[in-house]
Amino acid sequence: MARIGQKTIEDMLALGKRMDNRGPHEFREMKLETGVVERACGSALINLGKTKVLVGVKVQQGEPFPDTPDEGVLTVNAELVPLASPSFEPGPPNENAIELARVVDRGIRESKAIDLKSLCIQLGKKTFVVFVDVYVLDHDGNLIDASSIASLAALLSAKINKYDVEDGEVVFKQELKPLPIQSQPIAITLAKIDKALVVDPSLDEEQVMSARLTVISDNHGRICAMQKGGSGTLAVEEVREGIKLALSKAPEIRSKVIEAAKA
Amino acid sequence: MNKVKSREKPVELIDKNGLRIDGRKLDELRPIKMEIGLLDKADGSAYIEQGKNKILAAVYGPREAHPKHIALPHRAVLRCRYHMAPFSVTERKSPAPSRREQELSKVIREALEPAVLSEYYPRTTIDLFIEVLQSDGGSRCAGITGASLALADAGIPMRGLVAACAVGKIAGKIALDLSDAEDKQGEADLPVAVMPRSNTVTLIQMDGSLTPEEFETAFEMAVRTCHAIHEQQKTTLKQRYLSIKEEVEEKNEQGKSEGQ
Repeated sequence: MARIGQKTIEDMLALGKRMDNRGPHEFREMKLETGVVERACGSALINLGKTKVLVGVKVQQGEPFPDTPDEGVLTVNAELVPLASPSFEPGPPNENAIELARVVDRGIRESKAIDLKSLCIQLGKKTFVVFVDVYVLDHDGNLIDASSIASLAALLSAKINKYDVEDGEVVFKQELKPLPIQSQPIAITLAKIDKALVVDPSLDEEQVMSARLTVISDNHGRICAMQKGGSGTLAVEEVREGIKLALSKAPEIRSKVIEAAKA
Repeated sequence: MNKVKSREKPVELIDKNGLRIDGRKLDELRPIKMEIGLLDKADGSAYIEQGKNKILAAVYGPREAHPKHIALPHRAVLRCRYHMAPFSVTERKSPAPSRREQELSKVIREALEPAVLSEYYPRTTIDLFIEVLQSDGGSRCAGITGASLALADAGIPMRGLVAACAVGKIAGKIALDLSDAEDKQGEADLPVAVMPRSNTVTLIQMDGSLTPEEFETAFEMAVRTCHAIHEQQKTTLKQRYLSIKEEVEEKNEQGKSEGQ
């Protein structure tokens, strides 16, 4: 971004204003729709400002990992598809896509959002694998929060067939049931621009920020994942301030997700 | 291959005397050994041992950017590759870069970028390679600590050194510098990198479950320990230059006496 644009954003922030008239602790307008891809077990499309991310959840049979023979498997992948941004190129996931997937994964995994033990079909041999695929469609900043929120909504609204296990084989029934979700992790990302910390950075703000801090917390206000990004630094006090801010914003976002998943 | 491994029986992480598996107290660091300038071809290099971790860090640069389009007009580009040797872990690891290694390469680069005065060398690259020869928990932190030394050894001007360490939670208690066994069974892991000269955080990640109060205890312990590791980094660098100075003086002495 041109220096002039950078300076404008910084000067406005010194006055507590952001380019889109938001307060420093305000999220952009969020629209969350579930059940948008019927072929998937669960899906959610989020519009966070102009950022658009589609998450699909598929649940299939697979093998457990040898060191956790009694648990289901969670795997998160993210695709920064080229149509989402002039800066995205076709090819295998690059470091940004990998970081995005791994941060979203940690939020779900460390908060124990999915009761993985209940997904076991046959000890050590068969289990259900939950695939969470993040598909970024339009990049206008804060892909981590958008992806994490949409992933949670997709998981909460996902439906799998009820089943019996007979002789180690799964026999599916017609009725559907939800995935065993026992926690709702929410990611809140803050960007440091000059000396200010702003919530939910837009793409322009991400281009001038020196660093970002993502804090993922669960329903009990416990921190389950954190990730600093960007080539700048955070003062020790800024880390503390960022966490406090993130923990205070999480409940309002969480209720929006739960609302959307019910629909 | 689908062997059912019986889940490893959980080891008692903290015994009745408050000591950990390796006999350390909760707030005790593993012993760290630092060595600088051990590689011949690299512009700068360092070797660090922290507990059973054995990590080599090397720097090539500033050097001409290849491919050319990577170069930036106003500063050097810092590139970083964190990689684990196949024999560094208990179960042989494929040499192909895993997703974890790619993420760590990114966060380590971002941990060191603020320290490097890259504006001094526009249109070049500074390539940093971290090879984990043996891994036992906290390798990204030891890697960052070693990488700072390698950058200094390469003579690259920096705002300050970066030191890193990880704090975790085991058996409900906050503990410093988790080993791999402790991390696997533990309830939280918090790696932190600090540039002590400005007391700023250049890397912070966390996974697990911590209340805000537990986080504060862990964070404060991590920052404090980074300052302590920084002292050792400085001493190691000073020693290196002291020994170079002694070597040079010795050669000069010899030269003088031979000349007579």
